[in-house]
Amino acid sequence: MSSERNHIVPYKTYVFVLLALIALTLSSIAITTIELGGLAYAGALVFAIVKSFLVLTWFMHLKYDKLYIILWVVFVFAILLVTVVVTFLDYLYR
Amino acid sequence: MSSIAIENEANYLKYKGRYKGLLGWILSTDHKRIGLLYLYSMAVMFLIGAGLGLAMRFELLAPGKTVMDAQAYNATFTVHGVIMIFMVVIPGLPAVFGNFFLPLMIGAKDVAFPRLNLLSWWFFIIGIFLVLSALLFGSGTPDTGWTFYAPYSFRTGTNLLPAIFGAFVLGFSSILTGLNFLVTIHRMRCPGMKWTKMPLFVWTLYGTAWIQLLATPVVGITLVLVALERLFSVGIFDPALGGDPILYQHLFWIYSHPAVYVMILPALGVISEIIPTFSQKHIFGYKAIIASTMAIAFVGYLVWGHHMFTAGMSGTAQYYFSLLTFLVAVPSAIKVFNWISTMYKGSINLQTPFLWAVSFIFVFMIGGLSGLVLGALAANIHVHDTAFVVAHFHYIVFGGTGFAFLGAIHYWFPKIYGRMYDKSWANIGWAVFFIGFLTLYTPMFYLGLMGQPRRYYDYLAEFHGGNILATIGSWILATGIIIIFANLIRSASRGEKAVMDPWHSKTLEWTVPSPPPVENFDEIPVLEESDGPYNYK
Repeated sequence: MSSERNHIVPYKTYVFVLLALIALTLSSIAITTIELGGLAYAGALVFAIVKSFLVLTWFMHLKYDKLYIILWVVFVFAILLVTVVVTFLDYLYR
Repeated sequence: MSSIAIENEANYLKYKGRYKGLLGWILSTDHKRIGLLYLYSMAVMFLIGAGLGLAMRFELLAPGKTVMDAQAYNATFTVHGVIMIFMVVIPGLPAVFGNFFLPLMIGAKDVAFPRLNLLSWWFFIIGIFLVLSALLFGSGTPDTGWTFYAPYSFRTGTNLLPAIFGAFVLGFSSILTGLNFLVTIHRMRCPGMKWTKMPLFVWTLYGTAWIQLLATPVVGITLVLVALERLFSVGIFDPALGGDPILYQHLFWIYSHPAVYVMILPALGVISEIIPTFSQKHIFGYKAIIASTMAIAFVGYLVWGHHMFTAGMSGTAQYYFSLLTFLVAVPSAIKVFNWISTMYKGSINLQTPFLWAVSFIFVFMIGGLSGLVLGALAANIHVHDTAFVVAHFHYIVFGGTGFAFLGAIHYWFPKIYGRMYDKSWANIGWAVFFIGFLTLYTPMFYLGLMGQPRRYYDYLAEFHGGNILATIGSWILATGIIIIFANLIRSASRGEKAVMDPWHSKTLEWTVPSPPPVENFDEIPVLEESDGPYNYK
């Protein structure tokens, strides 16, 4: 619709995001070569979270979307978080 | 609103587009044709699954081997479960009636992504063939049960991988359908159709679509992990390699419990359409039903652990899952109260769809109350993995989704085919089916409480009487199914012509000719402030 704002993201931005994603992927592989014990999982998860954030923000256009769309996505991640927490009610208290 | 039979040459059944004959159907992007493609494919799978169920009941007619040995029985209940769950009841109502009626009910010409919709059906068919290939080829029919529990699922020598991959592909079909419905409901409602003016069936499709979208990927990736475990022994679920088989159960039920709500929520929506129509009265507590729908969808997402009370979970988790399981009963009961209140002082018309709806309430209540027995921690230990669970499950899934499905087909049949079925035979079919259902599954409550385990081809002599009764019930039920199918199949081509709105309903699908034109509406309808889906005078 004409009343909606359109954003044309420059290719340069996409290329930067792509390079960042590749770098983070390589980093998440590289971190496994360091002996960090249980922290290696935490490291891999941090890299994955940052990558998801980049994809959602730029590739999936959330940066330019309306607030309610962003809230829906937050809601979905909240459900995922609750699911993980509930699963750990078993593992932490077993 | 006119109630005159309208002969519309451009209806979706007669329309000849780019392709003709069978190709005109299997390559059609018309949501109505896709809905019927799902209906026909599911009907075939249902008959196969029901045949396997009959064979199981025949085996259990007497203790010891009757018609099959233990291994064949294991394979039979596995295939029966996989077919009925993944190919019939999960896609069931959303894929058939959601596809056919969602656009019609919200005043749209099609779903948001018609080609994606067709792709979903193709994924469905590919998934079916993959699962069937596991039966016909390789080293034996899978025997794990439909749950594919670890560690047996990666130790069994049977041909499990194609079945797992088939379930994975079927999941994609479900995800894409859910996505399509979400976008359609958000973006394509006709002018004036606010959220609080949507028919309740559409609301339940909306709740269902969220579950399909959020929960199905979990089981997809879990099945991939099982395949990796089988092929490469990666040690995620295998205790011998440091894995945790209970993690499999968590991941499986994180999807598969919400999947029960994928099955049952649209069923609740169908009942919410039928009851006001045949009571000719505004639905009681419209907003309460919406709130309870979304509450069931949300809380139902978080109760998966009640399938695992005896698996070795922590006491804290058991307490939490039991508590939330009891909470789900509250919104479910709200719906039942609303339906009963809608009927109260209504002008009730005892047509076949209404008979299915009220019998649905009866069996759904028994199924729901027996669910509370299973949700209570102490009682669960006693009846876990007994015939009681089989009875509860079939009362909810077959009694719930199945009754609602048959109610829906009898309700919307005149709209779908433009013809009316024989009402006398339809009522006889309902009565025989209902008696058969009760005779088949009710003894299982007793057998389970007495201690008969499920998934065994043999049993102690003391359980003989109940099993004879249940097997006789399966024959009565099969007779009912034959009557219903024969009546509907015959009526689709030879029934008398149906009028546009034979039930005097108020939702938008009844404002178009029967069968509907290809593009549904000549002009997109506009709802006025006074219009509404249940505005009966």
